[in-house]
Amino acid sequence: MYQYNKQDQILIEERVNEFRGQTQRFLSGELGPDQFRALRLMNGLYVQTHAPMLRVAVPYGLLSSKQLRKLASVARDYDHGYCHFTTRQNVQYNWPELSRVPDLLAELATVQMHAIQTSGNCLRNTSSDHLAGICKDEIEDPRPYCEIIRQWTTLHPEFAFLPRKFKIAVSGATHDRAAVQFHDIGVYLVKNEAGEIGFRILAGGGLGRTPIIGQTVRPFLEKQHLLSYLEAILRVYNLFGRRDNKYKARIKILVKETGLEKFTAMVEKEWLRIKDEMLLTNERIEEMKAQFAPPAYDSSACNDSSFDTHLSADAGFAKWVKYNTVEHKIAGYRGVYLSLKAPDSPPGDMTDKQLEAVADLADQYSFGEIRSTHRQNLVLADVKQADLFTVWQQLDAIKLATPNIGTVTDMICCPGLDFCSLANAGSIGVAKEINEALDDLDYIHDIGDIKINMSGCMNGCAHQSVGHIGILGVDKHGEEWYQITLGGSSENEAAIGERLGPSVPKDQITATITTILDVYVKQRLEDETFLETVKRVGLEPFKERVYANH
Amino acid sequence: MQIIKDRQLVENTWTFITDDSPLPEIGDITVTLARWLADKEQLLKRSSQAGVRLNPSDQIEQLADDLSKIAVIELNFPIFGDGRLFSQARLLRSRDAYQGEIRAVGDYLPDQVFYLARVGVNAFEFTDPNHIQEALAAMNNFSVRYQASTN
Repeated sequence: MYQYNKQDQILIEERVNEFRGQTQRFLSGELGPDQFRALRLMNGLYVQTHAPMLRVAVPYGLLSSKQLRKLASVARDYDHGYCHFTTRQNVQYNWPELSRVPDLLAELATVQMHAIQTSGNCLRNTSSDHLAGICKDEIEDPRPYCEIIRQWTTLHPEFAFLPRKFKIAVSGATHDRAAVQFHDIGVYLVKNEAGEIGFRILAGGGLGRTPIIGQTVRPFLEKQHLLSYLEAILRVYNLFGRRDNKYKARIKILVKETGLEKFTAMVEKEWLRIKDEMLLTNERIEEMKAQFAPPAYDSSACNDSSFDTHLSADAGFAKWVKYNTVEHKIAGYRGVYLSLKAPDSPPGDMTDKQLEAVADLADQYSFGEIRSTHRQNLVLADVKQADLFTVWQQLDAIKLATPNIGTVTDMICCPGLDFCSLANAGSIGVAKEINEALDDLDYIHDIGDIKINMSGCMNGCAHQSVGHIGILGVDKHGEEWYQITLGGSSENEAAIGERLGPSVPKDQITATITTILDVYVKQRLEDETFLETVKRVGLEPFKERVYANH
Repeated sequence: MQIIKDRQLVENTWTFITDDSPLPEIGDITVTLARWLADKEQLLKRSSQAGVRLNPSDQIEQLADDLSKIAVIELNFPIFGDGRLFSQARLLRSRDAYQGEIRAVGDYLPDQVFYLARVGVNAFEFTDPNHIQEALAAMNNFSVRYQASTN
């Protein structure tokens, strides 16, 4: 992974010092709440229900074991012993004290971590494919470009006060695992007819209140122009994005209101002017690629036969391998998902002990690296098949081996009403209840690939609008109700879920979900996934059953 | 009152004249874009210098032919979070090769000075005199830059 040089390190330390000064000025009354609000948000600090919430950046979801251990000690020393992984592959702490946040940040800086631009109306953390560099369907590893973008976005002087937040995702594979089409700017590595690799650039995608699928502004961009193109898009957005209404301030609204053709023309005009001043040299790209060179794989890893023996001898192991591991481009290796969706813990949460145990596992079995996924799980990307049985046992002992990746209990879930001051309704409790109702693993495995995404409010942090089943918490006269959508997807076949009907009260949400699953099981043709069934039969059969008694 | 110009404290010699006030006979003045476009000839006939105060929604392209005659462009922050001025400064320096003074005025924070300096703003006027020293210090908040800049 990318190793900080001296300059990178100095920058994050200087940012800690700046934030320490800003916090002191606020605490002494010199800075007003509104001014401090904007400044602290640009450093990941929200004021939440119980305490400030601090969001720590995990650039494109890549972590070292050293960083994981630091996240653990910070959880212990500044929080209640746990942290939460988000859908932007970042980490959140829900209980730090404001006056101690500068010290917390100074500790993170010792392991090259920070909270720069993790919130506020600025360029946010760039997200990517959690299987980058190991998947078979990759055109090129996106991470070098993510790091180039990370550096370009960090403290960008012109784009620190945008109309609204701005998110970029990069994917280098043919299968989109990074929800690229739902980002302000989406970047796909693609091959053109001449066989050259470059970028397809999308703009104007987004989730939240108005989910919109991004549109292509440039089908093929030579690599050397990546930053100038991004800069041109950002300049047009910064100058012309709406600032009169925060719900219409995202670039998706600008693209929609301006029209794709005109928007593209504005971008291209600016880009033609600046493209030759901002060239990414081949040398720079190669240097960055070297930072993400493949680890020293063992070429004899595929000679192992113990893996097959364990597979046939232990059904529990076999099940885990089927659901929680993934094919690797190197023979004899697999990628391993660590499920942060154990039935009895809030989705995405990890304790300090778990973090430390995973750091040890990463050191021993996966070159000391860990990845976070946008579905709020972790990945050990490079595990030898001969080690999988031991890794499974050790993960099981720390409750990170629930074999439910990609199944109905692998829900994306925001912190909801329990922690978040924006939420209308709880989500963690509902996730727990759904989990309890679906406690039969065989049934879960039988219904297969279903993505449930649940957000506690319209802001849609858990991407409910692109869940195969989306659950959205709404407030109805002070009560928690839930609106359901079906058929959304954030992958290649990007789609926004369709509303099933009137929202349901809290005491019926679990029954509603099980009814929906039941309808699917009855309606599905052989091997048909949930999403395929919904596409084929439409919403009607689901409506009939869910609202049968109304 | 003192302002920061090219990282030094200097005495301010400029006055902003609102659209409903008459033009004074002497003294360096700035006016709104609308007044500049309307009274350009009269402004340039005066013996003192003239400049323009831009608001975030102004089209800087309207000044394109006049830039060589304008000594100061003020970028006026109605609220500190309005980031359009950052792109305007950048365009004035890089696209339009504007050589005169670009001055930040209005409701903004010393914390923004580092960014503003990097997009080409070289003078800073604050309504709160306490902000001057903070702003001077904030210019050195970061020694590392990832992006090319105009300063």
